[in-house]
Amino acid sequence: MNGDRRKFLKVAGLSAFALTSGLAGLGLPTKANAQLAPGEYGHGDATVHAKRWAMVIDTRQFKSADDYKPLIEACHKAHNVPDIPGDKTIKWLWLDTYEHVFPDDMNEHMSDRVKGAFYPLLCNHCTNPPCVRVCPTQATYKMADGIVAMDYHRCIGCRFCMAGCPYGARSFNFYDPRKYMKEPTNPRFPTRMIGVVEKCTFCAERLAQGLQPACVEAAKGKILFGDLEDPNSSVRKALAANYSIRRKPNLGTQPGVYYLI
Amino acid sequence: MLEKLLSGPKSYYLWLLFLLCVIGLCCIAYAIQLTTGLGVTGLNRDVSWGLYISQFTYFVGVAASAVMLVLPAYFHHYVKFKRMIIFGEFMAVAAVVMCALFIVVDLGQPQRAANVLLHPTPNSVMFYDMIVLIGYLCLNIIIGWTTLEAERLQVDPPKWIKPLVYLSIIWAFSIHTVTAFLYAGVPGRHYWLTAIMAARFLSSAFCSGPAILLLLLFVVRRLTGFNPGKEAIHTLATIIVYAMCVNVFFYCLELFTSFYSNIPGHMEPIHFLFYGHGGELAWVSYFMWAAVIMAFASLAILIPPQTRSGKYLPLALIMLVLASWIDKGLGLLIGGFTPNMYESFTAYMPTGIEITVAIGVYAIGLLVLSLLWKIALGVKRDVGNFCD
Repeated sequence: MNGDRRKFLKVAGLSAFALTSGLAGLGLPTKANAQLAPGEYGHGDATVHAKRWAMVIDTRQFKSADDYKPLIEACHKAHNVPDIPGDKTIKWLWLDTYEHVFPDDMNEHMSDRVKGAFYPLLCNHCTNPPCVRVCPTQATYKMADGIVAMDYHRCIGCRFCMAGCPYGARSFNFYDPRKYMKEPTNPRFPTRMIGVVEKCTFCAERLAQGLQPACVEAAKGKILFGDLEDPNSSVRKALAANYSIRRKPNLGTQPGVYYLI
Repeated sequence: MLEKLLSGPKSYYLWLLFLLCVIGLCCIAYAIQLTTGLGVTGLNRDVSWGLYISQFTYFVGVAASAVMLVLPAYFHHYVKFKRMIIFGEFMAVAAVVMCALFIVVDLGQPQRAANVLLHPTPNSVMFYDMIVLIGYLCLNIIIGWTTLEAERLQVDPPKWIKPLVYLSIIWAFSIHTVTAFLYAGVPGRHYWLTAIMAARFLSSAFCSGPAILLLLLFVVRRLTGFNPGKEAIHTLATIIVYAMCVNVFFYCLELFTSFYSNIPGHMEPIHFLFYGHGGELAWVSYFMWAAVIMAFASLAILIPPQTRSGKYLPLALIMLVLASWIDKGLGLLIGGFTPNMYESFTAYMPTGIEITVAIGVYAIGLLVLSLLWKIALGVKRDVGNFCD
């Protein structure tokens, strides 16, 4: 073995050791470290705040399944939701019939308008979310404003939350979602990896920028979004003035999504 | 005592070689699953747990069942069990190893499994399940190894082992109770939301686990001449039949509550399991009916004392194990997820790769069991506690 090669191997070996053992990050002030300010992360100035975010969907104003299409497209585009065919699919916002959305409220003689219509489904962002209760790693957690959020990098993919959620709101990445994504992807929202669970986030990332959720924006007033704790909010006014229902209220989860029927 | 592993007849080495080959082949299936994702399984958005988790559940029961030997021996000083206790404890070790592996192969991101310990979450039942299983594994290894070592040296086991043994008895109940809580605390899954789940789990474990133990010991008896003792076998068979009666009784309680209350959510999973959907039987329905027939047939053989100790005992035990396996290893998960959250029906059937991976875990369990039992048999032979 000649001298140069030996020297190279020494340096390479030491570098590999430093990288893998974390020495490189500990001792030397890197650029990334220097940018990290001490203390905690807070909200930006633009963030819209609420004590408890809630959604009111006025299903009376949607005449057909097609009326929901722009909402679903806006949501799936904003969050890079892959389009996977079959029963291993990913759903954030989707449609189903009254019989399936409100199985406990079904009677076969209800009006054709109610029975025949399609209703949007999404994560209910429950006040008592069973998914948060069962998650063994706190990869899914409830934020102070009532939004049930996900940490895709902590999720171990055990799918206990999917067994726990009584609304079927959660999807598991059975395949690599990046292979099923429509181009171009939205660079403002992370794509997910294989083997983790995901769901609707009530657009927490858009609220942080002072924007309304993507589906609410696309619904042009047919979906209201606001603070359930504020008596003067649009959602509270709509709920006070109209008859509303929620999915499976008997389970005590207190869903944050209300439907005007 | 490890030296006992190094000597043995040719058939012993061939058996180990066979198991290693099976494990190697099944590892290929797992490698495929690891690289392409759980998409290779029959699982889907609505049926998100399947064969792996049901096998995990079943083998937690097998692990817990060791207590059916330990409890009579230590609480009631039933000395006839002393000869085969070690086999129950070592079977529990192998079963817990299988449980851990079934969880790992079920994870979407198995390399992150340590997150459960890095971010301990006391409100999650899975966190407790991990703790009780690790604890039970340690208890059985320590107790089994220490008592076997004492037997080899022909001295009494050290005094400090007694409290651990008593702890392991309570611990055994806890592992299966906590596993039942994984299911019984979930709102909206009608088939699981029942307070009797833990009791059902325990009763099914206490008949099927000792039945598996007895069947394996019959094989060992034929191969090596080791005899657990006629009276011990008879007593264990009696325990098995009591537990099986309770198990069947508990299932009938479920049927009563579901169908007399006439609440659709409670009836539909059971209806699906036995009658399928839309006038067509599901594949699992054939298994469920077979389980019913085998459960009652095994009881018919096991309840009369004459046939219980007769030549049909192995047949009855095989039927009992199959029946309990279908109930807990298939029906529990499929009935829990079907009908789904929208009261509609999404089919699930394990794929070839899924079954192959499961066989691989079974083979690893058998390997652990074979090695541990080889040590135990070697010691028993040396000290002359081998047969009557």
